[in-house]
Amino acid sequence: MASRTPEGPPPPPAVQRLRLRYARRERLRFSSHRDFQRALERALRRAEVPMAYSAGFSPHPKVSYAGAAPTGSASEAEYVEIAVTARCDPERLRAALDAALPPGLDVLEVVEVPLHGATPLADLLEAGVWEVALLGVGEAEARRAVDALLAAGSAEVERVTTKGRRVLDVRPAVLRLDVVDPAAARSTTGRALAASSAASGEPCAILHLVVRHAAPAVRPDDVLTALRGVSDLAPPEAPRATRLAQGPLLEGAAAVADPLAAERGAVGV
Amino acid sequence: MPPADTTADDDTTPHGPTADGSAAPGAPALPEALDAAAARTARDGRSVLHRLEALLPRVSKPVQYVGGELNATTKEWDCAGPATVRWALMYPDAYEVGVPNQGVMILYEVLNERVDALAERTYAVWPDLEALMREHGVPQFTVDGHRPVGDFDLLGVSFATELGYTNLLTALDLAGVPLRSAERTEEHPLVVAGGHAAFNPEPVADFLDAVVLGDGEQAVLAVTDLVRAFKEEGSPGGREELLLRLARSGVVYVPRFYDVAYGDDGALASVAPNRDGVPWRVVKHTVMDLDAWPYPKQPLVPLAESVHERMSVEIFRGCTRGCRFCQAGMITRPVRERSAEGIGAMVQKGLEATGFEEVGLLSLSSADHSEIAEVTKGLADRYEGTETGLSLPSTRVDAFNIELANELSRNGRRSGLTFAPEGGSERLRRVINKMVSEEDLIATVATAFANGWRQVKLYFMCGLPTETDEDVLQIAEMAKRVIATGRQVSGRSDIRCTVSIGGFVPKPHTPFQWAPQLSHEETDARLAKLRDAIRSDRRYGRAIGFRYHDGKPGVVEGLLSRGDRRLADVVEAVWRDGGRFDGWSEHFSYERWERVAQRVLAAHGLDVDWYTTRERDLDEVLPWDHLDSGLDKDWLWEDWQEALSGVEVDDCRWTPCFDCGVCPTTDTSIQVGPSGRPMLPLSVVRASGVLEGAGTSAGGTP
Repeated sequence: MASRTPEGPPPPPAVQRLRLRYARRERLRFSSHRDFQRALERALRRAEVPMAYSAGFSPHPKVSYAGAAPTGSASEAEYVEIAVTARCDPERLRAALDAALPPGLDVLEVVEVPLHGATPLADLLEAGVWEVALLGVGEAEARRAVDALLAAGSAEVERVTTKGRRVLDVRPAVLRLDVVDPAAARSTTGRALAASSAASGEPCAILHLVVRHAAPAVRPDDVLTALRGVSDLAPPEAPRATRLAQGPLLEGAAAVADPLAAERGAVGV
Repeated sequence: MPPADTTADDDTTPHGPTADGSAAPGAPALPEALDAAAARTARDGRSVLHRLEALLPRVSKPVQYVGGELNATTKEWDCAGPATVRWALMYPDAYEVGVPNQGVMILYEVLNERVDALAERTYAVWPDLEALMREHGVPQFTVDGHRPVGDFDLLGVSFATELGYTNLLTALDLAGVPLRSAERTEEHPLVVAGGHAAFNPEPVADFLDAVVLGDGEQAVLAVTDLVRAFKEEGSPGGREELLLRLARSGVVYVPRFYDVAYGDDGALASVAPNRDGVPWRVVKHTVMDLDAWPYPKQPLVPLAESVHERMSVEIFRGCTRGCRFCQAGMITRPVRERSAEGIGAMVQKGLEATGFEEVGLLSLSSADHSEIAEVTKGLADRYEGTETGLSLPSTRVDAFNIELANELSRNGRRSGLTFAPEGGSERLRRVINKMVSEEDLIATVATAFANGWRQVKLYFMCGLPTETDEDVLQIAEMAKRVIATGRQVSGRSDIRCTVSIGGFVPKPHTPFQWAPQLSHEETDARLAKLRDAIRSDRRYGRAIGFRYHDGKPGVVEGLLSRGDRRLADVVEAVWRDGGRFDGWSEHFSYERWERVAQRVLAAHGLDVDWYTTRERDLDEVLPWDHLDSGLDKDWLWEDWQEALSGVEVDDCRWTPCFDCGVCPTTDTSIQVGPSGRPMLPLSVVRASGVLEGAGTSAGGTP
């Protein structure tokens, strides 16, 4: 008997592409990228989004993921792209999907992009901006460590991966690193920690960090390891990192632009 | 990690809320002893989440501890005032195994639907987190409100298997609850066990305050009523009085109200109630109208990956096929079906509530449902083109099931089918009452291969009563015939057959409860011969996969499944020696169980063999004789004798009653269809609300 092939016509084609920005907050920062993938695919079904599927015996919904924040860190700027078989209203889609995801995985913005020819998300996300709150660390102590790292030509750290130990140089990826006034904290976590520190008198340093995305990616944890390597910095509590933004690098500014800016309002209407 | 530094009366046992709920994470904590003492009196269910969060970056898969699942419920601690009845429900295994458990999900939902009760869930924490919790004084917590388990009124534990016993002890200890029921006070939850393994709770009876036999959904509501009334009265007479009320109601079995005596031969002499009004025998609970209990309505959808990534609908409960080794089939009688209408509604609502892409139709033998053809065709029609998969686990070996399987995989991949002949030879299958002939099996697999299936998995047991090497070697012959048939029918060479073998463990409340268990040495030797027989044949050897486990875990399971109260010391000593997660091969240590059990049992003049490989006779008082599954002990013995002479017994759904005793004892009857209530058509499919122009005109432009 010949091999079976799926009967019937091929799956309906994609007619629209949409990019989503979502946040991963509070306790759901402990969810992994794979956890998010499963949650998103179920939410798409619950929200009755007319997803485009790949062909074959095991069709998969067409979702492209880009550079997920590491498990354990929060984010206000994660991106995915989906393809649908019937035109959707971006704001309705945002609201429906947000309602279908658990609180803490929050869909913030949906923007339509051209069906063909848009710059791939992964290419747009050149760098990331992070806020790291170090409870129990004073501003002066943090500043000494930051200055030492910025003055160093290289800062090698060791990371344990599934493939064993590897050494990477953190320094070239660090485009900017500041100790900011706690009152300037931008993330929910940063603001909450800064406020309680102000109330209790326990010190809390807030770092702002811009890292260039490279392979392997340099994470906030790696930068903290590097800070410990160049100084006596030793945070008594686990540092709390939040990704504030991702996007194309602004020339000369060590800052990032909005990766959805080019498309926002430019398509579909 | 051995809990050597922890004793039952250790006041520094992690417990209690933070000093100040509004304090910042990392604010200096009160000294641990103070903290714990405060908690003992407060029991206010205050969240320990921020203390836990500080530990989570240091453990593997932290998402399993944070909760926040879709459809999870967290109610106010005082939602019904001070008499609110608060349950912590535990599945004593890892989150990934526990979270899809249907039993816990059902109880969680029926309890939370009540205005006067709340239920939260807790699971076994892995040793990495356990060590950190001990170091930092974080108590066993629920994943819903992250409340200390010790603060609840009741801790309900669902035992699917005996291998979860040590995990219960870890949870009790981390919760600051004394391990032994006798040492607990008003300040501690009642520890209530249920689940299939609880049909012989005696090995862990000293750790339990009460036991629910049988279906739990009505029973937990009855317990809740009694506890609420007791709390409203101001808890007169304390813990002892509450347990007495529970015991006298007949709703639960309370081990402390039964005295156990042993004879000179080491066997039980008697089990007798030691309080007035406590029944001699406790009868199991049986829910009669499954359509009236359509739970879970809102299945939990975890963020973390779990062992069952699908939504499950129980299509019937109970089984009267009469396989003599099968405890599940024996203790869940009689058969009670959910109607096609009820199944269709649960599938629809469940999919809407979860977004799962696969639905499993669960039961002990799913193709036996009287309306199964209508149900599968109806669901396949309904969900065609929606990328929704249907699965039908636990099906028997017959051609009818191939038609069902074809229906369920209309446009999907046909990779593998699983059948369970259980015994290798015709003779052995008569002994175990698994009525399937080799010719039936070959005809079935021929149909499967002709329909595009490529792989067949066959499940067997080793160590069945009266089994010889010859019986087991027949498995190799059967597998070879399957491959030969497949190659011939399909004309292809990529046919595979996987033989999967588990060791047989005699279980309480079955006709084999008197049978000797095969030693692990003999089990391993028999399986080695079978492996050689499969591998030695070059024509087929490579097409046959062979999966088996060594016989050692089965010995521990056997020790605990037919054990008595003297085993509590073994379980506790194993746990103190570091025993954890005994269902996981990477954590299970046979050496530890063997060493500890032999040392502890020697004091009673007993050993592990006495509990496992020893054959019992009719006169012996069995540790579970006072726990009534409805099965008549004389009928079980007759069936055991018929097994030994290879006489089969039919299914009472389609032949006259053979007096197993369940229906009259539990005042129930067989409930099978056809119900005359077919699946209702789905309401008209509305346009998705996310489309352009939704709500005003027809949906988007295709």
